[in-house]
Amino acid sequence: MSAIVSKKLVKEFDGLRAVNEVSFRVDEGEIFGFLGPNGAGKTTTTRMITGVIKPNSGTATIEGIDVVQNPTAAKEKIGIAPEEANAYLDLTARGNMNLAGEIYGVPSGQLRSKVNDLLDTFGLLDRADTKVKGFSKGMKQRLILAMALINDPGILFLDEPTAGLDVESQRLIKDRIKELNEEGKTIFLTTHDIAEADRLCDRVAVINRGRIAAIDSPERLKTTIQSTQSVLVSFSSMNFDPEDLRVLEGVEELEKEGDKWRLYGPEPGAIIEEVVSFVREEGLKILSLNTSGPSLEETFTHLTKNQS
Amino acid sequence: MYYPSGLRKSIAIARKDLRVYYGKGPVVIFGILLPFFFFFSFLIGRDMPPLSLISGLGGMAIWFTATSISPVIAPMETRTRTLERLVSMPISVTEMLMGDILASMTMGAVLSAIPISIIAVILNLNPVNFFPLALGIVVASFCFSTIGVLMSALPTDTPSDVIMLALLIKFPVVFVSGVFIPAGNLPGWGKLISRFSPLTYFVKLVRVSFGGTGQPWMNLGILTLFAVFFLLFAVFVHKRTLPKRL
Repeated sequence: MSAIVSKKLVKEFDGLRAVNEVSFRVDEGEIFGFLGPNGAGKTTTTRMITGVIKPNSGTATIEGIDVVQNPTAAKEKIGIAPEEANAYLDLTARGNMNLAGEIYGVPSGQLRSKVNDLLDTFGLLDRADTKVKGFSKGMKQRLILAMALINDPGILFLDEPTAGLDVESQRLIKDRIKELNEEGKTIFLTTHDIAEADRLCDRVAVINRGRIAAIDSPERLKTTIQSTQSVLVSFSSMNFDPEDLRVLEGVEELEKEGDKWRLYGPEPGAIIEEVVSFVREEGLKILSLNTSGPSLEETFTHLTKNQS
Repeated sequence: MYYPSGLRKSIAIARKDLRVYYGKGPVVIFGILLPFFFFFSFLIGRDMPPLSLISGLGGMAIWFTATSISPVIAPMETRTRTLERLVSMPISVTEMLMGDILASMTMGAVLSAIPISIIAVILNLNPVNFFPLALGIVVASFCFSTIGVLMSALPTDTPSDVIMLALLIKFPVVFVSGVFIPAGNLPGWGKLISRFSPLTYFVKLVRVSFGGTGQPWMNLGILTLFAVFFLLFAVFVHKRTLPKRL
């Protein structure tokens, strides 16, 4: 059974369609990245899947439970760390944790030890009885994450969990995400940080203008834009006409990068053969040669630009 | 202690409300100071009968205290973005509102019981119907808290917007509910309007409880009906306006 299923979700605000028939599945134990530019519909989709707002049409299920029909039961299965949410500043960290625990129905007898364990895990135990208004942004974000884990959920929704945080908090949260996934939790990660998604996610979905542009593993997504595969080469001398490189077979685009040349094309292997022949003909030597595929960022830009 | 799941959630919300909002400016100003000075500015220089005094002060205290905290919670939570956190947790709108009402009711009941008791001692008045009075304070606090919660359904993140709306409702209600002038002495139109004000029935209940003429249980019954009506109405309206806050 899929952990999360979104089927043709639609949401309109004042007649404008913010989310347009968004469908995807997230498997159990997966880290699923949800990427998109600002205003693409990421947060609206996440809010529909987590039962915060109702869709105009379509369905979403959490472990088979319909979120629209039975939002409370669905929410009991998940933990959420929304980006646009805060802990209560006038409550202590423990007060916020207790509130979450009571709402999630954690038995009274287990609540205190559970709260202590989670605060300890996120490095907040020594500040447990301090009001949250004195916390740094990183500490607040760690508290929000700890609150999301109070019910030991099988599925965790994290919305921009590391945005704007200091390096130490970012590292702690990323490490914790990996550990939670290793413990078997499904992670739904909404993020702007493409490098983060590339490192953490098993699969990513790219949403743009309310529609899903692509869903696949990061590596497979990168191969969808063949034109950005390239060969980076430096020569012993620059005494040749660069336009001769542009006309080599298989080269679609040429760019100068410092003392090197980047030759773009769908088949880097064929380009290398052409470059070797060129060097022999010109009496040059190759000082360095590297091939590189597109980054996930390039893929993301390509996918979202094509739909604009 | 074991509570049913829904009640435990509402109690958790109420406890949070009391800790977070109890000391906020609007609560202190509009819930305690304003009714106190408002009433005594009316009282000074007048020779009010003890029954009118205790019922008026009691009515004023419970009306303002029970409607002081509940209207500002929702806009404050919208502004501080704690509402999103709450809504993402497994709690229904009804349970959430019941928590807000419980907090406000506790404030209203405690802060109105105190001045009523003090005035009763000063004026040497003994309640002849103590049980309906005690129950009435609880039911009226609940009822007026639901009215406060209803006011907070205005989809705004600015508490002053709701406070303005609340003032537009709270002051006229005081004038037509027998707080300053017994409802029976109001002009015809005033008598008609006073029947639709739940505060009228609490003021009557206090009068009856301290020896005035009337039916204590009937007034309590009507207050209960108002409470149920406003609760259902508040839940209905909040379900419609909540998405606009997120």
